[in-house]
Amino acid sequence: MTRAAWHVATVAEVRDETPTARRLTLEVPTWPGNEAGAHLDLRLTAPDGYQATRSYSIASSGDGTRVVLAVAEVPEGEVSPFLVHDLRAGDQLEVHGPLGAYFVWRPGGAAAGAEASPLRPVQLIGAGSGVVPLVAMAAAHDEGADATPFRLLYSVRTPADVFFADELRAFAEAPAPTRLGLDLVYTRDAPAGAARPPGRLTPDLVAELAWPVEQRPRIFICGPTPFVEAVAGWLVAAGHAPEAIRTERFGGA
Amino acid sequence: MSFITRGFSGRSRDRDERLPPGQTLVEDWPVLSAGPTPDVSTDEWRFEVRTESGRHEWSWDEMQALGVEDVTVDIHCVTHWSKLGMAWRGVPLDRIFEEVETSHDYVMAHSYGGYTTNVPLDELLDGQAWIAFEADGEPLDPEHGGPARLLVPHLYFWKSAKWIRGLVTMPTDDPGFWEQNGYHLHGDPWTEERYW
Ligand SMILES: Cc1cc2nc3c(=O)[nH]c(=O)nc-3n(C[C@H](O)[C@H](O)[C@H](O)COP(=O)(O)OP(=O)(O)OC[C@H]3O[C@@H](n4cnc5c(N)ncnc54)[C@H](O)[C@@H]3O)c2cc1C
Repeated sequence: MTRAAWHVATVAEVRDETPTARRLTLEVPTWPGNEAGAHLDLRLTAPDGYQATRSYSIASSGDGTRVVLAVAEVPEGEVSPFLVHDLRAGDQLEVHGPLGAYFVWRPGGAAAGAEASPLRPVQLIGAGSGVVPLVAMAAAHDEGADATPFRLLYSVRTPADVFFADELRAFAEAPAPTRLGLDLVYTRDAPAGAARPPGRLTPDLVAELAWPVEQRPRIFICGPTPFVEAVAGWLVAAGHAPEAIRTERFGGA
Repeated sequence: MSFITRGFSGRSRDRDERLPPGQTLVEDWPVLSAGPTPDVSTDEWRFEVRTESGRHEWSWDEMQALGVEDVTVDIHCVTHWSKLGMAWRGVPLDRIFEEVETSHDYVMAHSYGGYTTNVPLDELLDGQAWIAFEADGEPLDPEHGGPARLLVPHLYFWKSAKWIRGLVTMPTDDPGFWEQNGYHLHGDPWTEERYW
């Protein structure tokens, strides 16, 4: 694992990700690269020396010095509204990382720390901005033309709230065996022709859309804390081994 | 090196002296866990201490009988939030180690669910650590480590192992689960020992 350190980052590009989230592309000349699923700490300093630090997952991976983040606005928050509305290309900030050696997927079929077993499929489950580290995993899987069977179950409010929609669609249209199995579950508004009416994720729906227990999938779950708690609990109740489930909780109640 | 990020002013200027560097005060209680939340009932709960010379075990009721204390402490999570003045109830580790002999200087805390974290034994004694089972007047929720967690408030909160199942003494400071995955071996919030 690369040793984490503080780095100066310059904002290379900002763009709207969804109506309430922004994609930030940072240029970090000293960045040592990061694994798919890692996060960083982002630090802002005010003119009087006041600082605020928050964690953000990284949507990119590999050796480059471009680091892609996607930040959802938490209303009344201290840092995310600034990142979503005020930050622009050319601005500088500090990042510390890469962080996290557990919630990562390594190409070649082995999850971090696990013995290589290429046949175990991978199930990604995310909600809202929690899809960010899962996008990094799906992208690494796609770029590496990795044959590990990969599925993403993504819970979002409406079609407009899908993060990295174009990228996900491209991964889902890649040739087999690299193709990503993509299931979008809309909680508030579903597009015309959607597989099911809008509604929250349920234990039955997770059982229907995720790799079955017999296939012993490695599972990565990320999103707001209550979402992760609920889904991880359902999967364990359904018979998935707790050790096969890795989680990242973004906060919120 | 630190410099100003254009346009950022932040929220609060009256920074509480009790907040370590890089921490933000929260009123709610965020959760940091690497996997699913284990479900352990107080009937099946056991706590054991293993040393070079033997093994000691306590049931839930035996643990309570060691003597429960009320403490009010500040907690600091490595993911940058802190809660101040939290009321906890638990058994001080001093009571537990009254019954245990060891020449080892470190312990590995083990949890239901398989997680581990390493702590110097010195830092668990003299009123610095508890086996805690109530916070803010309520039994600990499973997602916050219930039925019982280690409480070591002077270190980052990942050291306060949730779903605590036991302690194993060890002669050297071997890294636990979080420490093997990038977190600091010691974890002092005042010197920001977050990551190695
Ligand atoms: C490992 C990790 C990775 C993360 N990755 C991302 C990411 O890729 N994209 C992203 O947008 N966010 C991510 N987050 C969340 C992020 O760190 C901040 O918590 C979030 O941006 C809110 O910060 P804030 O300063 O705006 O709000 P604060 O001022 O810190 O909080 C304002 C209020 O909102 C609540 N709150 C805090 N976080 C959340 C949340 N996530 N959801 C709902 N309510 C919340 C707080 O409890 C508080 O009541 C990640 C968090 C962690 C721990």
